[in-house]
Amino acid sequence: MSERSENVLEVRNLCKYFPIKAGLFSRVVGHVHAVENVSFTLKRGTTMGLVGESGCGKTTVGKTLLNLTPKTSGDVIFNGNVELDKMSAKQLREFRPKIQIIFQDPYASLSPRLPVGEIIGEAVREHHLVPDNELNAYVSRIMKSCGLFDYQKDRYPHEFSGGQRQRICIARAIALNPDFIVCDEPVSALDVSIQAQIINLLEDLQKEYNLTYLFISHDLSVVQHISDTVGVMYLGNMVEYAGKEEIFANPLHPYTKALFSAIPIPDPTVKMNRIILEGSIPSPANPPKGCKFHTRCRECRGVCSRIQPKELDMGNGHMVACHIYDPESGYDKEEAK
Amino acid sequence: MAKKDSNFISARESRRISKENIKITKKLDKKLNRKHVPESEYLTKMHDESNVLEFDDLHTYFFTDVGTVKAVDGVSYNVPAGKTVGIVGESGCGKSVTSLSLMQLLQRPSGQIVSGEIRLNLGDKAYDVAKMPIDAMRHIRGNVVSMIFQEPMTSLNPVFRIGFQLDEVIQLHNPGMSEEEVKQRSIDAIKMVGIPDAEGIYQRYPHELSGGMRQRIVIAMALVCNPRLIIADEPTTALDVTIQAQILELLRELKGKINASIMLITHDLGVIAEMADYVVVMYAGRIVEKGLASEVFLDPRHPYTIGLMESKPVINKTVDRLYSIPGSVPNPVNMPDYCYFRDRCEKCVERCSGKYPPEVHVSDTHIVSCWRYFDDPKRGGNE
Repeated sequence: MSERSENVLEVRNLCKYFPIKAGLFSRVVGHVHAVENVSFTLKRGTTMGLVGESGCGKTTVGKTLLNLTPKTSGDVIFNGNVELDKMSAKQLREFRPKIQIIFQDPYASLSPRLPVGEIIGEAVREHHLVPDNELNAYVSRIMKSCGLFDYQKDRYPHEFSGGQRQRICIARAIALNPDFIVCDEPVSALDVSIQAQIINLLEDLQKEYNLTYLFISHDLSVVQHISDTVGVMYLGNMVEYAGKEEIFANPLHPYTKALFSAIPIPDPTVKMNRIILEGSIPSPANPPKGCKFHTRCRECRGVCSRIQPKELDMGNGHMVACHIYDPESGYDKEEAK
Repeated sequence: MAKKDSNFISARESRRISKENIKITKKLDKKLNRKHVPESEYLTKMHDESNVLEFDDLHTYFFTDVGTVKAVDGVSYNVPAGKTVGIVGESGCGKSVTSLSLMQLLQRPSGQIVSGEIRLNLGDKAYDVAKMPIDAMRHIRGNVVSMIFQEPMTSLNPVFRIGFQLDEVIQLHNPGMSEEEVKQRSIDAIKMVGIPDAEGIYQRYPHELSGGMRQRIVIAMALVCNPRLIIADEPTTALDVTIQAQILELLRELKGKINASIMLITHDLGVIAEMADYVVVMYAGRIVEKGLASEVFLDPRHPYTIGLMESKPVINKTVDRLYSIPGSVPNPVNMPDYCYFRDRCEKCVERCSGKYPPEVHVSDTHIVSCWRYFDDPKRGGNE
């Protein structure tokens, strides 16, 4: 395995369909298109934020990347040449420590029957990352770097508050010395003041261990703070992808614009010119034809309901999938509705 | 006895506490469960007639086996007619318990209003809710004061149709109404919250609707009896940003239409800034700062308020590192005498180790509980 490829992760046309089964023999009657044609690359030591409404497939992306649910099609390549689904079980086991995940709910993702030291040290021992006689000291060091105290090693998860539990989850991921961590809404279950502590911790650890994060969240202000690049998803598709400064200063897709304008700003003097989207996200089992967003889009024209927009490169690494910016689509020639 | 862990109590101690608790709660419960209580017992006068609601030194305690939790410990604020009051704080600070005390929906017998007044203005008269028996409370809930809960899925009954659940509220509070009238009123309410095809929705079950739609139905249910006060307890926390924007827009629009006051409870400072006229910041069961929204947001005084605002990342405002308030909320059992925030406060002065700080008036409406402003109320928040 080549260790030092510049791109930690390359994703090309990732698709994930979940079958819908019905009837006596559980026949497959359709598919939920959870993720469709998602592509992006992640450079070492950077953070990519993935935002979207609930049900848009952002968590599924995170899980399929790590092969926690097998993908339907597409390529996921780690470190330039590692493809998880082409590996044998033994190789996969060896590679696993390099990719880790932090889950949303710290109350559900820690075993209530194991003391914290064991939770953090278990995988380290299994993978023989440090000699057995140094394990104890290693766990203490990891705990310290995550803001936990040595004497807490023998305590059980129920004795900790939500923020501390999230620190344990982070420590568990960090202990394996990973390259890449999927952070699946790590701060949404926490209070504001604790949120800030966890975000700072994630940033500190990133600098210390040169980590790469995929930061999944629905909180745009958090994503803006922590990310280097941002991808916006809608109903399984990546509708826009760009660097942080670029996308927040100059959002192109109508959905991104609406999403950004919906964020409440804690300043009573600011009066937002808000774009309120009508209705809610359609069912991914039966997505609309053409552009999936056209049912809620203000700037929808005839072509939007017929043809699915292509991903366009607007320069500067800014990708957008919308007919408005595609001169070949014939959007300009049609009348606005 | 208490060795390294101050939370530890022996089994004997715990038994003693629970015995004592039973004695206290039985007495309080008995008072609440009485029937046919004369109205005169809970009639009161508003201090200011333009207020819909006045909390006056409210104390709500939970009598648990490990000790008494002072969930609300001396809270006073007013809700003026036609205004929105936002209550903000972290989880466990007592913001929900305050509103549950008003509705008398506390988990009894352990949760009890111990002292204080909650004066509710009914127009021609005023009631002290804290003294009202459960029996009389039924005419207030859903009628004069109604509540919107956080989780729209759990606040609707999954086995009854939407229409039935709306009708039930109207019939209960208007026994003389005919069935057609009731149905018409339910459908009007559904229309009012911006749902097309109201007749169709009337026949549906809650699981057939999306989260945003369900929250609209819950709002319709709260509005159906034209309440004077709506309590919205984290109404948008479970919803997506785009749906949140829809719901907030709806609440703002409706407030003007039905001329009610809103008590908005949330931990999201952004939502408060957008909706509220007055802001109350709570910490560990006490109010640390209250005032007009413009005062609290533009000129926060209490170190906790300042910390809370700085710890939230804000769109289009880049900081290298987020400010984080050190430590965590103290254990609610056995709260200290001094300022509850002292141990986490970076700006504490010598006096902070003394008594709990009194209320300091920065302006007529802006009140802060902090020793730093005791001698010089005009001093800036970041000095």
